[in-house]
Amino acid sequence: MEYVIEMLNITKEFPGIKANDNITLQLKKGEIHALLGENGAGKSTLMSILFGLYQPNEGKIKVRGKEVKIHDPNVANTLKIGMVHQHFKLVHNFTVTENIILGMEPKNLFVIDIPGASKKVKELSEQYGLKVNPNSKIEDISVGMQQRVEILKMLYRDAEILIFDEPTAVLTPQEIKELMSIMRHLVSEGKSIILITHKLKEIKEVADRCTIIRKGKGIGTVDVKDTSEEKMAELMVGREISFTVDKEEATPKEVVLDIKNLSVKNNRKLMSVKNLNLQVRAGEILGIAGIDGNGQTELIQAITGLRAVESGQLFLNNKEITSESIRKRTESGIGHIPEDRHKHGLVLDYKLEENMVLQNYFKKPMSKSGILQFNIIREYSDRLIEEFDVRSGQGSLTTARSMSGGNQQKAIVAREIDRSPQLLIAAQPTRGLDVGAIEFIHQRLVEERDKGSAILLVSLELDEILNISDRIAVIFEGEIVAIMDAKEADENKLGLLMSGAKEVDSHE
Amino acid sequence: MNKLNKRYLTIIIPILSVLLGFLVGAIIMLISGKDPINAYLWLFKGAFKGMLSGNLARLGDMILASTPLILTGLSVAFAFRTGLFNIGVTGQMLFGGFVAVLIGATVDLPRLILVPLAVLAAMLMGAVWGIIPGLLKAKYRIHEVVVTIMMNYTALWLVQYFSKLIIPGHFDTESQPIKESASLRTEWMTDVFDGSSVNMGIFLALIAVLVVWFILEKTAFGFELKAVGFNPEASKYAGMKVNRNIILSMMIAGGLAGLAGAAYYIGYTDHIPLGRLPSYGPDGIAVALLGLNAPVGVLFSSLLFGLMSVGKGLMSIRAKVPEELVQIIIGIIIYFAAANLLIRNWIVKLINRRKVKVNSND
Repeated sequence: MEYVIEMLNITKEFPGIKANDNITLQLKKGEIHALLGENGAGKSTLMSILFGLYQPNEGKIKVRGKEVKIHDPNVANTLKIGMVHQHFKLVHNFTVTENIILGMEPKNLFVIDIPGASKKVKELSEQYGLKVNPNSKIEDISVGMQQRVEILKMLYRDAEILIFDEPTAVLTPQEIKELMSIMRHLVSEGKSIILITHKLKEIKEVADRCTIIRKGKGIGTVDVKDTSEEKMAELMVGREISFTVDKEEATPKEVVLDIKNLSVKNNRKLMSVKNLNLQVRAGEILGIAGIDGNGQTELIQAITGLRAVESGQLFLNNKEITSESIRKRTESGIGHIPEDRHKHGLVLDYKLEENMVLQNYFKKPMSKSGILQFNIIREYSDRLIEEFDVRSGQGSLTTARSMSGGNQQKAIVAREIDRSPQLLIAAQPTRGLDVGAIEFIHQRLVEERDKGSAILLVSLELDEILNISDRIAVIFEGEIVAIMDAKEADENKLGLLMSGAKEVDSHE
Repeated sequence: MNKLNKRYLTIIIPILSVLLGFLVGAIIMLISGKDPINAYLWLFKGAFKGMLSGNLARLGDMILASTPLILTGLSVAFAFRTGLFNIGVTGQMLFGGFVAVLIGATVDLPRLILVPLAVLAAMLMGAVWGIIPGLLKAKYRIHEVVVTIMMNYTALWLVQYFSKLIIPGHFDTESQPIKESASLRTEWMTDVFDGSSVNMGIFLALIAVLVVWFILEKTAFGFELKAVGFNPEASKYAGMKVNRNIILSMMIAGGLAGLAGAAYYIGYTDHIPLGRLPSYGPDGIAVALLGLNAPVGVLFSSLLFGLMSVGKGLMSIRAKVPEELVQIIIGIIIYFAAANLLIRNWIVKLINRRKVKVNSND
């Protein structure tokens, strides 16, 4: 069998960490090859080496049978290797075509030949079933479309080997399905694909083979059709993983959070939470299911104080908090795992230990008469790191920015849970995390519930909602359209309610 | 080991910038047919000559020249560390200095009260001049760079107007001088430093270095200000009062600039020269940049700038190298300090290359 890419025994060291340790990955022509590993396992490093961003300390790379040295991305380009980055690199006020030709503009004497380029883009788009309009502006098209522009960019440059870096992290379920079929289309046209991911479902659905790395070490390559999801998860994490969370029946007690007739406006000054009523009790997990953009963000921000309330009231333990400051709310027992960990959850330029005390730096014992007690902060941070298995290069001293997404999230979860809040708001707490980390966070949420916290879970992943909620509320266009016991819910029923179907009950 | 490397790098980069600045200066001198070693010798002698034989006048002058720089540098550095770019040091310093001169020229009080009063008033005025851009930023998100530049000119002409109105001097170009009892100069310091007009301003500057360092590195207050600078959204999430902190940061930066005004106008000189913005504002940006916005870094880079500014006279007379060359060297040093990422990459590459060699030797 012919290999288009062979990365043989690659080792890459960074100060304090062996990011890749003897990893071998061989990509056959015309296959979709998944690269599976936990957050921080070294997937991105390996691909950066292939793309010429890093040089390996040991090992060699062969492209189409010939050994090559890829010392910068331009070399990768000439070898017809292209990467679709997780965070798109697009100019937002340029059109699709302009973005695609950026850096290699076709010229007619002195002017750029936009119509010609546009035609070529259109042809490529049709050939691979991408359905992209070459003349739309990037800012006007959806995230899924933007990703296709990134794919087109590679195709325009005649890439034959496409690397997809966590491509589904930013997509809606519908867009994910479409992406899968695009990927199949691409390989049927003779391209080869490396798919970096930690989502087993997707691998099972689309990939032919899968190379697994764990903590920087190459574990091996398996045929996807012969390997169960459970087996792949085990290989990735190094132990057995349970996909369902073991939990006892909930024993809900008094109402902790009481939302009465709440209305909130969004950034565009449109009412996005409308007259909403909801109660969350101590000792239960209430999951809010909904399609992105139906008011979840605004609801959470109103409860935590990040956004002003238009009308209605919020009560925490029977005390009104509608117009209290954020700090007062935090102090009276609200914990918040925010939706956007980079924007709200962390000060990325602060060290891990400084982020660990972001909520309580001013209180005893972290501060005494306004002076930070660094040794106590260090001890505290070290304990949380240990307890929540937050992995990083230099422990408490690591800059948050340099940590992997999963470990950043674990740090936030550690900080918020350790304050043992009476109300814990978890907004997409496992977004972008691998199964091991998801399992861990889910267990901690259930533990908090069992200790008597009220937990409000907002997630776009139905699996997550169904898995750990005790009650499920469905939000649609800013209103709660249904509340049910989790035992009565299933994916189908929720899906219909989430898309605005009024009548789901089939009793009649 | 890695942590050590990092700390090592932060110290080595400014030093390397300085050395590279001197190196490029030397090349320029060689091209124009001068002897760089002789010139640099005189540059340093200009600051230290006579020290060994017990004459501290030149050392005193160097400290004198550094004093306002330390304070304006601190002002810029403090603002920068809390996410703000204070271009308004100049105006804050001038207005602060004006209030100090006003009090020093008109108020009759014993020295022990008058001097602290003038100094405090200067700080307060600087802070007030800082509040305005702070408020505009906090309330309306108007960028502080634009506002502070405008405020510099507002300060310039307001000070000129009020000087002529309240404390007109003998000439049109300056205000009335302060009373001797209001000056930061003291007899004992002048004696120790053999006649140099170095004054108590340096103690104010050193205290300020200590206080700023303490606030930024040790206190919960500083933690909050820095967090707001790095990520206002996360700071809001964590319950910090973002707007209040922006205003406070600008106020403190302004206060430091006001203090620089006191150190200069009632220490270095004794009046307000009219129609001129002090050059210490822009120089403060340079000093902060070279000092990597750390209080101690600001102290050392100010002393270096002070050294060059007192040494350049002797260098030009004895080595026949024009004074302008010193300005060029300063410029080049700042250039390299600004390009510190470039230098950092060079060093990292050098270290890595050596490591590879060591590895292949085993």
